[in-house]
This record gives sequence, structure tokens and C-alpha cells, in this order.
Amino acid sequence: MKKTKQLFAGLTLLASSQQGAQADYTLNLMEGITKVSNHIYDLHMLILWICVFIGIAVFGTMFYSIFHHRKSKGHKAAQFHENTTVEIIWTIIPTLILVAMAIPATKAVIELDDVQDSEMSIKVTGKQWYWDYQYLDNGIKFESHLDEASEKAHRLANGNPHSVPHYLLNVDKPLVVPVNKKIRFVFTAADVIHSWWVPELGWKKDANPGFINEAWTYVPKAGTYRGQCTELCGRDHGFMPIVVIAMEQPDYDAWVKKTLAKQQEAVDLSDLSREDLMSKGASMYLKNCVACHQINGSGITGTYPALTASLRVTGPIDPLIGFIQAGTSRMPAFSKLKDDELAALITYIRNAPELGNSVGDEIQPKAITPVYDD
Amino acid sequence: MNRSVSQKNIKLARNLVIVAVAMFGFGYALVPIYDVLCEWKWIERDRPDAIKQAKENAYEVDKNREVTVEFVASLNENTPMVFYAEIQKLKVHPGEYHTVNFHAENKTDKVINARAIHSYSPALVSSFVDTITCFCFDEQLFEPKEAKTLPVRFAVNPDMPPQYKTITLSYTFFDKTENQ
Amino acid sequence: MSAVVAEHDDHHDDHDHGPAKGILRWIITTNHKDIGTLYLLFALAMFFVGGSMAMIIRAELFEPGMQFVDPQFFNSMTTMHALVMVFGAVMPAFVGLANWMIPMMIGAPDMALPRMNNMSFWLLVAGVLMLASTLFMEGGAPAGGWTLYPPLVLQTGKAFPFAVFSVHLLGISSIMGAINIIATILNMRAPAMTLMKMPLFVWTWLITGFLLIAIMPVFAGAVTMLLTDKFFHTSFFDAAGGGDPVLYQHIFWFFGHPEVYVMILPTFGVASTIIPVFARKPLFGYSSMVYATASIAFLSFIVWAHHMFTVGMPLAGELYFMYATMLIAIPTGVKVFNWTATMWKGSMTFETPMLFSIAFVVLFTLGGFTGLMMSIAPVDFQYHDTYFIVAHFHYTLVPASVFILMAAGYYWLPKWTGHMYNEKIGQLHFWLSTVSVNILFFPQHFLGLAGMPRRIPDYAIQFADWNMISSIGGFIFGASQLLFLYIVIDTIRGGTGEKVTDEVWEDAHKHGLEWTLPSPVPYHTFTTPPAVIPTEHI
Repeated sequence: MKKTKQLFAGLTLLASSQQGAQADYTLNLMEGITKVSNHIYDLHMLILWICVFIGIAVFGTMFYSIFHHRKSKGHKAAQFHENTTVEIIWTIIPTLILVAMAIPATKAVIELDDVQDSEMSIKVTGKQWYWDYQYLDNGIKFESHLDEASEKAHRLANGNPHSVPHYLLNVDKPLVVPVNKKIRFVFTAADVIHSWWVPELGWKKDANPGFINEAWTYVPKAGTYRGQCTELCGRDHGFMPIVVIAMEQPDYDAWVKKTLAKQQEAVDLSDLSREDLMSKGASMYLKNCVACHQINGSGITGTYPALTASLRVTGPIDPLIGFIQAGTSRMPAFSKLKDDELAALITYIRNAPELGNSVGDEIQPKAITPVYDD
Repeated sequence: MNRSVSQKNIKLARNLVIVAVAMFGFGYALVPIYDVLCEWKWIERDRPDAIKQAKENAYEVDKNREVTVEFVASLNENTPMVFYAEIQKLKVHPGEYHTVNFHAENKTDKVINARAIHSYSPALVSSFVDTITCFCFDEQLFEPKEAKTLPVRFAVNPDMPPQYKTITLSYTFFDKTENQ
Repeated sequence: MSAVVAEHDDHHDDHDHGPAKGILRWIITTNHKDIGTLYLLFALAMFFVGGSMAMIIRAELFEPGMQFVDPQFFNSMTTMHALVMVFGAVMPAFVGLANWMIPMMIGAPDMALPRMNNMSFWLLVAGVLMLASTLFMEGGAPAGGWTLYPPLVLQTGKAFPFAVFSVHLLGISSIMGAINIIATILNMRAPAMTLMKMPLFVWTWLITGFLLIAIMPVFAGAVTMLLTDKFFHTSFFDAAGGGDPVLYQHIFWFFGHPEVYVMILPTFGVASTIIPVFARKPLFGYSSMVYATASIAFLSFIVWAHHMFTVGMPLAGELYFMYATMLIAIPTGVKVFNWTATMWKGSMTFETPMLFSIAFVVLFTLGGFTGLMMSIAPVDFQYHDTYFIVAHFHYTLVPASVFILMAAGYYWLPKWTGHMYNEKIGQLHFWLSTVSVNILFFPQHFLGLAGMPRRIPDYAIQFADWNMISSIGGFIFGASQLLFLYIVIDTIRGGTGEKVTDEVWEDAHKHGLEWTLPSPVPYHTFTTPPAVIPTEHI
């Protein structure tokens, strides 16, 4: 687990070092890096120029008229109020423009739709409020949450978003893909509808619970590409970004090998120091709990219970473990947490001064025997 | 307002109310209309009914063609279960029947009543996938810690248009336990 | 806003059966002018309520980071802002105008069904109050967006059934209003007022009335399905029971797209009424305007899924909805060209109503252009659910519908009250509004194109500059509207003190029957239908 974290930390660092996207006062759509996104950009520019052209003609006429045909200049009103020829002309010309526009647009729709002949598939699951990725070809599977720096900056009263690189656009574990391969994505969601959008790839696609959707991409250039969830999905909709890192094939292969190796390692059940438990617990809390129970453990009155001074939190440990693992009708089950993660999390919520609890104990991974094991 | 106008008004209003009520009904009628459109595979979704056939069709196996079938397993709402397909990808010849096992396990010490639904992608292929054994839409009762092997037996109809080379069969478990 | 004061000030000849005295007059009134006034004042109040919510949204988005509100409350604000503005402000305002003006424009003594008219107003109030009460419920007001998509909307707390019932009440109110308007237009016209002589405002409302009757019940059905899904174990939209959340989107947008036109068609009508008066020319292409309105209304029923291009439709669906949507540009273009041709070679003056109408034509056209851009399905894969969309629909609603409502206020206030509004303050209001509305919404195009999703309470640093500018524009726009409130109150209380003539605007009596009546308008008008009708508007 710790090594996985280091591995991803390296990636995150790589991601944050590429500052490029900070251009302010951006005016236009980005061209993107894929062929599809370039075609979409061209279509966007084409239709934009058509609109500009029509706009100049219409507004030009109107403002000429406003300037010259005014009473204060002594202009006498003409009394015409019909002209069938003119009406026919300004119906036919827009129709022709639209037909001309429909041709390249149709081509692009067909291109977007063509998911076949892909070389690899990634299943993307939208969850409240993070993304879950699963590589269907090699079994790699991980969750991708908003990075801790952004979490803290937007949740803490004294947080400073400006000090965070890629504020709200950075994740703990980015999606890694190889360049020059046709990649097929399969989208679904686990709770409500989400939508997966990386502007540089040129499209977004909804992730619907219970159903699957497809889309594809072909990234020609190594780099880091960022996006966000674009379908309102509840309270933390604004805090579930997407980061895609495209790597050259050898780098990607190495990443797959390392990630798989880490994934197959058994959970390390050896005892941890109090500091390690607390820091790991804090990071688990930020990922899994903070959206509802808040950064100070206060919850939200009437909606989410407070953890501060909660008897369930500070009381006996075994029922607490079972509670967290099984969830309730309001709280999701956290059976996904590994024993060491759960131990750290429980130690943290019972002892964190920022949550206002101080039971004074340490829960070690070995203590999580029971309610169920992996 | 004279009486004849007032009668006309009331008559018109009554007719318009009937239209409004009919449109309320139309809102509901959109549900079966949507289903019918889905049957035609015109709109995206595949519907629950008619997924189970009694027996295997005797297709002519097309040995020259290979289709990659992917299997995706999901849990809705973080249901405390483990659920995965034992293989994630399978290359098949259209017309051949294959069985793929899914593994589902209740991780809690409580009974879970779960129901799986399926979804195929691309949506337009769903009429070409014959599933003869499936665990969809039946309530599955999981005793505490119970693990089940859930088989799906299917074949790809050789009539499936040749442009489809990769298809995905997705199964999602929803927790339907009362008072959970 | 009006007849009250007017009646008390100078008693008119029909005081024998004038309004009831005191507050009861407003509760039990069946007079179309009183009910019109109630609708308009209620809409104005809701405009400020919805506007305050917008101010909260813009304040939170002023800077990156969370400063003022909780994300869930932010979502409630975007949801409630939309619902209040659509169902509480814009739609009732147009119903109010219809109540006031349609009988006077077609030479009828009152609306066809006066008692139902009263009831539909009070149902509206009940519906909006119920909606507002959800703000104080456990779990907060609905926060799933005004589209109320499941499964998210099913996560709403105690407020959920109340929100659904309030939609039912608002729907019944709208349907009753629409029935009344249709019956009035079809049955109550003066004999000389043939259909193809009706002012365009009346035409657009006739078409809007049919739209409302067709769509509000569908929406009521959709939310009822949500309600039974949540409480009675139906599975219309629940995948686990064989339903499909995407089905809701289809039903919703079958309602939702025409609903958007419910807010814009009467806007077209008012613009087509005002522009000819100040251009001193007949409206160009009256009949093509009528046909264009009808075709836009028809098209609105067959394009709904362009709101759902990214939902996962098959190729054929994407293409069909793209082509159908592109078609809307044609009749809409005809309208814009006709307004321009109406101004062409006119003899224009630029009083406040005309200024707002011209701003409407220009800024609505900008909103139309972005609409055309979004109709191109592949490009919409980028635009969808970003601030580009937010900019688009606000351009078609704020400097279009809302501006035209302002224009209508300035245009008819002197007729309603018998007093002239203060032209200088009116023009100040216009210029402040027009400049600030562009500072508010134009940068949102850039934000969307740069990749900012909509409905987020906080954003990445690269979106900071335009957001701050947009918020500043928002605050100026919000504050400027207080001027309008001042002008309305001031005009009711006497305005400039200048005595207005019956026609108010030069030669307006050639354009509409309402200008042949005295100013202020007596409590009862056209008890005998007018024999001659003006024809300058056609």
C-alpha cells in the first residue's frame, strides 16, 4: 500500500510539474490533442465564423438603420410592410448554410461513434464523489480522488487555493494510458449520473447507474490532460476531477508492471507507529468521509451526523468496524477499505484533535480481524 | 358577457381540460413507447424482458470471425459485496455457446437481497446476444458471508453485422434488502 | 400596478360596479386588470427573490475557494434560482401581461373565465410558497438542478414530496391560465378582430397557451413517477427494477424544450408590438411572423434530445436530433430579419421601451447563435454542461425575456397608471442593465470553452479572472434592477406628474386597441366591442 502510494505520488508530481494549463483570460475552445478534438475544434470555428458573418450583416444593417433612420434626423418612415421575395431569400439562404454545415457535422458524429477496433478497454465508474478505473485487459483497478492539497484548500477556513498547483484539477491516482493506441472506455456509475469529460480529448460521456456507455480515444502525444465531472451529481460534484496521463508504450508497460505488482502484494498487517496511523488515517478521512462529516467532524445538522463526541465513534471498537464496513441506508458501506486503512481511519477519527475527539488509543491493523476479511 | 359566449367558453375550457388530462396520460404512455423504441433498438437501451430463451439455438458457427466479448461487473451504492467476472475478456466465434462464471459474495454478517441487471454495449448488438442462462432480474438472496458462482451462458448470433468486433456485457448488482 | 391608485385618485364613470374595497378586492377579484396586476407584482417580487439567489451564487463564485456557503446549499441555490425564475417570475409575468393586455387588445370586456382566472393566480402563489418552504426543511431545498434528474433528485431530504407537489400546483395554475387565455382569444374577440388581424402578442400567446396545455401535464406526470418511485416502489427510473434514469430525461425534455419556448414566444410577441410603434412603421412580414412562431412551436416538440447528446444515444438518434435542431434556426432567423426590416427606413425614436426592445433583438440573436453552435452534436460534446451553456440560455432569458418584460413595463405603465415614468431614470436603468448583463454573461462563454463545468461551487485557478468579472457584472446588474423597482413605485404614485394622453406614444392608437382607451384605463373596458380596429400592426 505504502509503495503504491509512492508510485502514485511520483505520478502526481509529474502531473503537477507540467504547469501549462494556467493561462488566464482564455477566450476560445481548446484544439485538444486528438484527431476527433481537432475536428470538433474546426467545426466550432466554422460555425462560429458563420455566426460572426451573419451577425455582422444583421447587426450592421440594424445599426445603420438606427443611426440614419431616426426621427431626430428628420427621416420619414417608409410604409412598406411586406416583400415575399425578400422573405423567400432569407429563408433559403440560411437553409443552404445549414445543409452545408450538416455535412462535416455528420462526419464528426460518425467518427465519435466508431468505438470498434480498439486495442484496450478501460471501465470508468462514476461514484459520489470520485472516479473508479478498471483496466479490463490487465486487471489494474484503483480509485481516483481529488488530491489532498485541493481538499484541504477548499475545506479549511484558512485554505488558500492559489497556493495549490492545479487546484481542483489534480487527483491522487491519475488514469494512465499509452499513446498511439485506440482505447475504448466503458462508462457506468454506482449511484447517480456522472459525466466524464477531458476537454483535450474532445468529448464527454454520461455514466449512468446500471447501464454502460462507450466512447473511445487515441492519444497521439504523451502528456497530462485534465478534466472534471460535468453532470451534477450532488454535494461534491465540483470536487471530482479527472487526470489522464498519456505515456509512451515502454513507460506505460513499466507502469503496468509496477502497479500490478503492488496491487498483488498482501496487506501489510504489521504494527504502525501512532504518527503513521494518524497521518494515514487523516488521508483516508479526506478521501472517504470528509464530504459528509466535514473537515472538523461537525457533520451537517439534520443531514449528516457529527463525529465529534459521537458515542458510536468513541465507544467500543468492534461495532464501529462493523458499522463502517456495512454502512447504513444513508452511509455507503466501506467494505473496500483494507485492514490497515481501516485501522488508521478508526485511530484517526477517535483521536484527531481537529475532529475534537481524544480517546487516546491506537488501533492496529491486526485488531481489524473480524467482521469480515478479504 | 352574454350567455352563448359564456357557454362557448365553458365548452372550450372543458375540451382543453380533456386535452390536458390526455397529455398527462401521454406522459405515462411515453414509458411503453420508450420500451417499444428500445425493442426496435432505435434508442440506446436494452430492456429486461425477453432475455431468457429456453434452449440453445443451433447456429452455424462462423470460424472465420472472432468477436471479443468483455465482461463487466459493478456494485451499485457500494453494496458490501464482492462481485467480479472470472474472466474479463473472451474471444468467441459467432454461433458458439460459452459459459462465463461470475463470482458474488456477501461480505457482511447480514442477509443481503440483491438483484442484478444487465446492459450490453454497443446497444445495437443486444439483439444479437443470446443469453440462455443469466442471473439477471431474479432476486438473489445472500446468506451472511455466502459466496455464489453465477453463470452466464451466451452466444453471439452470427447474423451480427461484421463491424462489431468488441462487445461488452455488463452486470450490476443493486442492493434490494428491505430496511437496510 | 395601477388601476387601484387610479381609481382612488379620480373616480371614473363606472364606479357603480367598481372594485371591492380594501384587501378583499385583491383576494376575490375576477377583474382581468386586477389579476394582471397581481401576477405582475408577484412576478416582480419573485424576480428579486430569484435574483437574490443568483447574487449568492455569484458571490460564492467571485473567487476560487469556498467562502460563503456549503456546496449542498450552493446546489440548492442553483436549483431554486432556476425554478423560481422560470415558474415564479418569467412565466407569471407573461401571464400577467396576457391578463392585462389580451382583452384590451382584442376588444373583449374581460377574460373568458374570470373566476378560474382568480384561482389560477392563487394556486401559483400556493405553489411558489410551497417551493420556498422547502428551503427550511430538513435536508435542505432540492439541490439536484431544476431538471430534477433521478437518481440524484431522489436523494433530496424531506423537501422532495413538497417540491413535487409544488410542481403540481404550478402546473395546474399554468394550465388553467393557458385555458383561460385560449378561450379568451378564440371566443371573446370583437367581431371585427379576425385572427389574422390580432396583434402578434395575442398570436404568440395563443400558441404558447397550446404549448402549455400540451407540456405541463407531461411534466406533472414525470414528477409523479419520481414520487411513486421514491415512496411506492414503482421502477420507472430505477434500473434495479427494470426502469431507466435516461427515460426521465426524455420525458423531462419533451416538456423542457417547449417550456423554454413558453418563455420566449410571448417575448417575440411583445417585441413585435413595440418595435413598429417606435419605428413608426407597420411590422414587416406580419403573416410570416405568425407562421414562424407556429413552426418554432411545432419544432420544439421534436428536438428534445439535443439536451442529451452525451447521454449515450445511438448514431441515428444523434443525427436526427442534430438535424431537427438546426432547423429551428430558420424560423428564428426569419423573425430577427423581420424586426430588422421593420426598423429599416423607419422614423425611429429611442424611448426606454424601444431601447430594451433593440437590446433584446441584438442579445437574443447572440443567444440564438450559440444555440445554433450547440445544435451541432459533435461540438456539443465539448459545450454540453459547461458555462457555455449557462451563457447561452441566460442570453436567451435575461437580455431577451426579462428585457422584454422591462420594455413591456415601460411601454404599458403609462396606460395602466395614467402617469408617465421618469424617462431619464428609465434610460439609466437601460444602460446600466445592458452593459452589466454583458459583463455578467459574456465571459461565461469563455469560461465554458476553457473547460469550466456548470453547477460547480468552486473552480480551478485558471477560471478565476473571468469569474470575478462575471460576478462584478452580476452585482451591478442586480443593483440596477432596484432602479426598475423604484420607477414602478414612482410611476404608480404619480411619476413625472405629466398628464399622459390616451395614445401615450405618438400614433400608438394606429397600432393597438389599448391605445384607443383612456389613460389610466377604466376598471371596465370594451363592455361593447369596438367597431373599428387599428391595422397598423399587421
